[in-house]
Amino acid sequence: MSNNTASSSAGANGSADSAAPRRNSKRPKYSRFTQQELPACKPILTPRWVISAFMLVSIIFVPIGIASLFASRDVVEIVDRSETACIPAQNRSDKVGYIQSSADKTCNRTLRVTKRMKQPIYVYYQLDNFYQNHQSRSDEQLRSRSGENETSSCEPEDVINGTAIVPCGLIAWSLFNDTYSFSHNNQQLQVNKKGISWKSDRDHKFGKDVFPKNFQNGSLKGGAILNTSIPLSDQEDLIVWMRTAALPTFRKLYGKIEQDLLPNDEILVTLENNYNTYSFNGKKKLVLSTTSWLGGKNDFLGIAYLIVGGLCFFLAMCFTVVYLVKPRRLGDPSYLSWNRTPGGR
Amino acid sequence: MDSKNPIESSPSIEITLNSSSRRSNSSSHSKASRGNSVREVTFGDLGSKPVRYGSRGADSEGFSGSQKEISDEDARLVYVNDPEKTNERFEFSGNSIRTGKYSILSFVPRNLFEQFHRVAYIYFLIIAVLNQLPQLAVFGRGVSILPLSFVLLVTAVKDAYEDWRRHRSDRIENNRLTWVLVNDQFQQKKWKDIRVGEIIKIHTNETLPCDMVLLSTSDSTGVAYVQTINLDGESNLKTRYAKQETLSKTPEKEKIRVLIKCEKPNRNIYGFHANMDMDGKRLSLGSSNIVLRGCELKNTAWAIGVAVYCGRETKVMLNSSGAPSKRSRLETRMNFEIIILSFFLISLCTIVSICAAVWLRRHRHDLNTIPFYRKKNFNDEDKDDYNYYGWGLEIFFTFLMSVIVFQIMIPISLYISMELVRVGQAYFMIRDTLMYDEASNSAFQCRALNINEDLGQIKFVFSDKTGTLTENKMEFQCASIWGVDYSGGKDSSVNEQVGHFVQVDGKILRPKMKVRIDPELLQLSRSGNNTEEAKRVHDFFLALAACNTIVPIAFDDASNPTVKLMDYQGESPDEQALAYAAAAYGFMLIERTSGHIVIDIQGERQRFNVLGLHEFDSDRKRMSVILGCPDKTVKVFVKGADTTMFSVIDRSLNMDIIRATEAHLHNYSSLGLRTLVIGMRELSDSEFEQWHSSFEAASTSLIGRAAMLRKVANTVEKSLRILGASAIEDKLQQGVPEAIESLRTAGIKVWVLTGDKQETAISIGYSSKLLTSKMTQIIINSNSKESSRKSLEDALRMSKKLITVSGTTHNNGGNSGGAVSPVALIIDGTSLVYILDSELEEQLFKLASKCSVVLCCRVAPLQKAGIVMLVKNRTSDMTLSIGDGANDVSMIQKADVGVGISGKEGRQAVMASDFAMGQFRFLVPLLLVHGHWNYQRMGCMILYNFYRNAVFVLVLFWYVLFTCFTLTTAINEWSSMLYSIIYTSLPTIVVGILDKDLSRRTLLKYPQLYGAEHRQESYNSKLFWLTMIDTLWQSVVIYFIPHLAYWGSTIDAPSIGDLWTLAVVILVNLHLAMDVIRWSWITHVAIWGSIVATFICVIVLDAVPTLVGYWAIFDIAKEGSFWLCLLAIVVAALLPRFVVKVLYQHFSPSDIQITREAEKFGSRREFGAVEIEMNPILEPSRR
Repeated sequence: MSNNTASSSAGANGSADSAAPRRNSKRPKYSRFTQQELPACKPILTPRWVISAFMLVSIIFVPIGIASLFASRDVVEIVDRSETACIPAQNRSDKVGYIQSSADKTCNRTLRVTKRMKQPIYVYYQLDNFYQNHQSRSDEQLRSRSGENETSSCEPEDVINGTAIVPCGLIAWSLFNDTYSFSHNNQQLQVNKKGISWKSDRDHKFGKDVFPKNFQNGSLKGGAILNTSIPLSDQEDLIVWMRTAALPTFRKLYGKIEQDLLPNDEILVTLENNYNTYSFNGKKKLVLSTTSWLGGKNDFLGIAYLIVGGLCFFLAMCFTVVYLVKPRRLGDPSYLSWNRTPGGR
Repeated sequence: MDSKNPIESSPSIEITLNSSSRRSNSSSHSKASRGNSVREVTFGDLGSKPVRYGSRGADSEGFSGSQKEISDEDARLVYVNDPEKTNERFEFSGNSIRTGKYSILSFVPRNLFEQFHRVAYIYFLIIAVLNQLPQLAVFGRGVSILPLSFVLLVTAVKDAYEDWRRHRSDRIENNRLTWVLVNDQFQQKKWKDIRVGEIIKIHTNETLPCDMVLLSTSDSTGVAYVQTINLDGESNLKTRYAKQETLSKTPEKEKIRVLIKCEKPNRNIYGFHANMDMDGKRLSLGSSNIVLRGCELKNTAWAIGVAVYCGRETKVMLNSSGAPSKRSRLETRMNFEIIILSFFLISLCTIVSICAAVWLRRHRHDLNTIPFYRKKNFNDEDKDDYNYYGWGLEIFFTFLMSVIVFQIMIPISLYISMELVRVGQAYFMIRDTLMYDEASNSAFQCRALNINEDLGQIKFVFSDKTGTLTENKMEFQCASIWGVDYSGGKDSSVNEQVGHFVQVDGKILRPKMKVRIDPELLQLSRSGNNTEEAKRVHDFFLALAACNTIVPIAFDDASNPTVKLMDYQGESPDEQALAYAAAAYGFMLIERTSGHIVIDIQGERQRFNVLGLHEFDSDRKRMSVILGCPDKTVKVFVKGADTTMFSVIDRSLNMDIIRATEAHLHNYSSLGLRTLVIGMRELSDSEFEQWHSSFEAASTSLIGRAAMLRKVANTVEKSLRILGASAIEDKLQQGVPEAIESLRTAGIKVWVLTGDKQETAISIGYSSKLLTSKMTQIIINSNSKESSRKSLEDALRMSKKLITVSGTTHNNGGNSGGAVSPVALIIDGTSLVYILDSELEEQLFKLASKCSVVLCCRVAPLQKAGIVMLVKNRTSDMTLSIGDGANDVSMIQKADVGVGISGKEGRQAVMASDFAMGQFRFLVPLLLVHGHWNYQRMGCMILYNFYRNAVFVLVLFWYVLFTCFTLTTAINEWSSMLYSIIYTSLPTIVVGILDKDLSRRTLLKYPQLYGAEHRQESYNSKLFWLTMIDTLWQSVVIYFIPHLAYWGSTIDAPSIGDLWTLAVVILVNLHLAMDVIRWSWITHVAIWGSIVATFICVIVLDAVPTLVGYWAIFDIAKEGSFWLCLLAIVVAALLPRFVVKVLYQHFSPSDIQITREAEKFGSRREFGAVEIEMNPILEPSRR
């Protein structure tokens, strides 16, 4: 070390040199950023933090869980499964044949209201095992007349005899065509079919100047036939249908009943069972439901919140016990690996 | 002070020290005498032969001894001053340079071609091409090429910008002007128009436009001085010579008919072979006759030369490519995990295709009518099957489509982010003020950009000694003259010394460097030639002043106009130190010209004729100069390494003095000083004549000149009278002992590989704390294979005993209780000759791995590389080599990480290195701080990127299972492409650059923390698999919570897709946030900013009416269940990870964890003291 401390002529010279401001110094400029010393918060998982985090989660989650369970319970839902019931017993051996035949498929169902249902009551049809995610559609065509021939993405329902089908594509082709009418005490229940689709879709996605053309003119009918004199922006059933469902079991809004229903009310449903779900063993249900702030009737979220909240509470208790029984002083150097193993490095 | 006034006595010999006399200095600039230093082998000779008359050159043959004939096919023929003839047969390149890679036309194809050299991009491309096939089109065409084009575009813009800058500098360079001989007169011509064979005139301070052979210079002896700082970074002047034969010609007046036959262009800037046919005579040309493009002419009014290599064939252009690239260890490991991920990918795709096959099989009868899967086209007459290619192909297409959908399972973006992160890390390393060296004004350099994280895993450090551990700033310390040791100078301080000076032209001339002086010796040196003792002292200092190749250059002192400073320019720091020492004792070298030197001896100018000079070579390890003294006697002065000097000293004379000198030498070298022995003798007239004739013959011979000169030297360097020995201190660099101590505590083994003597090496070992008195030293010096085998076996046995019976067999006593006694292995180069590349290597490795310190002395550069390979081949541990000289280049390139010290010895080491810095001690912050950070950051980042992409792919995968395997995605195709570009890329890059697990101070205080990297704590397969399990869980949570919550509801695909997108992005960013240790504002901005940016992107995408998901986000966000889902996903997904983390931290905290806690909570009680403690490493560069 003596050779370090001993001053030398060269060293003295050098330091005198550098004391003067150097014009060409490559010394990096000091800043807290370049020296990686920006002020920063360095959180550490102390027992207090851990326990309070768990407690906080459980305090938030349990009430939410209870609230959503209540919300879900408040929703009144009437579900009627109709796909088999609406086929005459003698035709049940060949359901596909029946549905494709031209026989009268009117079918009467009776629904009983279990709890008071406040208006608006939403009427849904629910399909099961139906994979609506086939991407055969053309949004350009739907939006404006100029995009009429944009049918390349619509195969196989793209053109017929060389002219474009409007709306093209399998999704439109398979448009749902069951119809429902409701009566209550021999009195027709009005089903409002206006405003069941998204306003944004009506305004921007479906053109006012686009009219159905060549639709369902093929040898195989997929579903509903559209009125060629109504522009697509007003064909709300189509618009609803074209919002493709995410999951194979889905509901679509059919209409709204703007009238309260009372317990034990009997509702007679007359339905035209046109839609072929038999070729893929799909179920078909009619649903009448109210809504809550949470959406429809679904207990899952409430249960999930309760489970997570409860688990966090349990974990908070566990960690409290652990920290009490086997505490570790934070930052205790005696835990360092080189301090633990004697005779190490 | 001496009573004699130097001002009065100085004008006794009239010399004007003007610039022209300085310029006429010639010759005597030879390969430096390096005494016992390491640098015996460099890339051939830099200097030239010091012959007075006749031709010089062709000395670049180096050790090969014989001159190579250049065969015609390997040669290029240059007809001097006849560029037409020169260029008619060969297509030599013109002098215009193009460092730019592209032209406007070629940019797109060439840049694309170069970019697609990367496998990752090919993968991208294949996926994009697959997606263009109509059968496989999963994404829209535009979307699918988005990621690839994004990456290509970014890189292309970067390349284009760099290329534009290169083009600009090329243009400036090409349009510079120089004087070229056209029609017998010199005209100005642009650089780009210069052709091979043209004669070019360069004036002082001009830059050379091409490589040219010197024909004549303004100096009568044909010397030109060039500065090669642009070429190799050395700032001292180098001498180049014009051939004597061409010197007299003036190309303007007479036609020169000369043919130069030279070798093909090559990269060796230190070698050149050529012949010159002139008037029927054949002359050989060497590296001393060529001046290279990029050099600057200095101290020479003009120089005329002929262009031999132009443009891209010049040596500087051939050398302009970068260092060979290395691959980081972490990346190699990572590639293994990437293969695992590819297996994941393939199995996911296989599952999808099998499921699809089963589904198709089960519904094979209904396929024509199912509304959502119709294979028949009823609208055509022939009722073709639409989009259905039969079973096998359908399944195959499903497979390919799933590859397209799941493509980001292979994290391509990781490669790009890693590069960005490394650039950021390099930026911080370069900008670190603590790694800036004040003395050499050099900041840290990061030359290799892809091995930053390897710095965190170094286990072996191989260090050079001179210039690396030591400063390579030689200081004359003491001398032994005529058997008397003068080392009293240690006590006197420099400041009292006025120093010796002489007066010239009314100005005071003093040496630039001050030297510590022994007063007794000073007295003696000033007392004249009266006593025998004083005579020896006189001869001794005369030898120091004369026996060298130093060029003295006087320049004005900026601070004091009456003072001129004498700067000794030379290639060897030892010689400089000796010349400064001689000057301090009154023997000041003032002028060197081709035939004589002028030395001011105690104020009296004396002129000595330099009759001959035998330069230093590695065989003789000495140099000698033959001087014709003013008293008409001829004396030969020799200085050299003790080993070879004692064999040429006449032992019959003054035996006691030789013994005394030997004892002093031993003393000096055990103090860590570098020693040189100095001897002399007078030559009688007959001896001189004999030597002179053979010297002339040898130096003009064409073949085997070096060997002949060596023989001549041996005839004259004999029966010397010993004068004494000098001792030069090679100062230890600042902070070296502390640095070595820290490295050792960090578990890094430091091996020192030096060319120095064993004694010197050991003494430096002690002073640098590499060796301690507690260590047992095992020394192996053998000179045959058998003896080295035996000593290795003995050593192995001994080391085993030492380690098992610990503490009892200490050499130096010291009872260390139960601790294992550390062993130090000292081995010399001769033994290594027998051990390396033989079966003994294995034993050496076994032995060395038991030793805590290994010191190899007297090793050649290639042996250094051999030792590095010895370790590298046998362990998976990372190696680092650090050195400063050309002799360290091979070892720097062989090691996993090469560090160059930008010191005094040129820049070859730096050019070959991956990282370059100014001081050895910066290794500690480099490894322990930056290496630690880089490794931690990179390890976290790689794992995180795997996780980030896998979780997204798995969410897609779960959805595919519920879409009848049609591979449609709910997540917007734009979102899934933007996912790894915008949504999640910035935070990981920012965290990878900025996060710090521990502060610099803590890391330096506990070097042991470096062990965490040795144990691969932040990236290993256990962590990888844990992360993957966590990924699986998180993806399940992300997918199934919305799935169950919205089952049987009116939810549409784009809406739930938006929910999944947001959930993944929030979760992934929070996951990263959980691992962030330091939250600076930049981290906050990056992480929260990314989430906000994702929301904005999703909203923007849903505001485009042409896209399927128009207005979806606004619709779904109205419902409470959307927000509840998000919250539930985030909490439930992160819960297991959080619990595991807390448990792990509580029950088996890592060292890093504990010190981090200590950093936060223990600051009050501990960290106040640390600052002072760390001073040796932190403080010196901090002002």
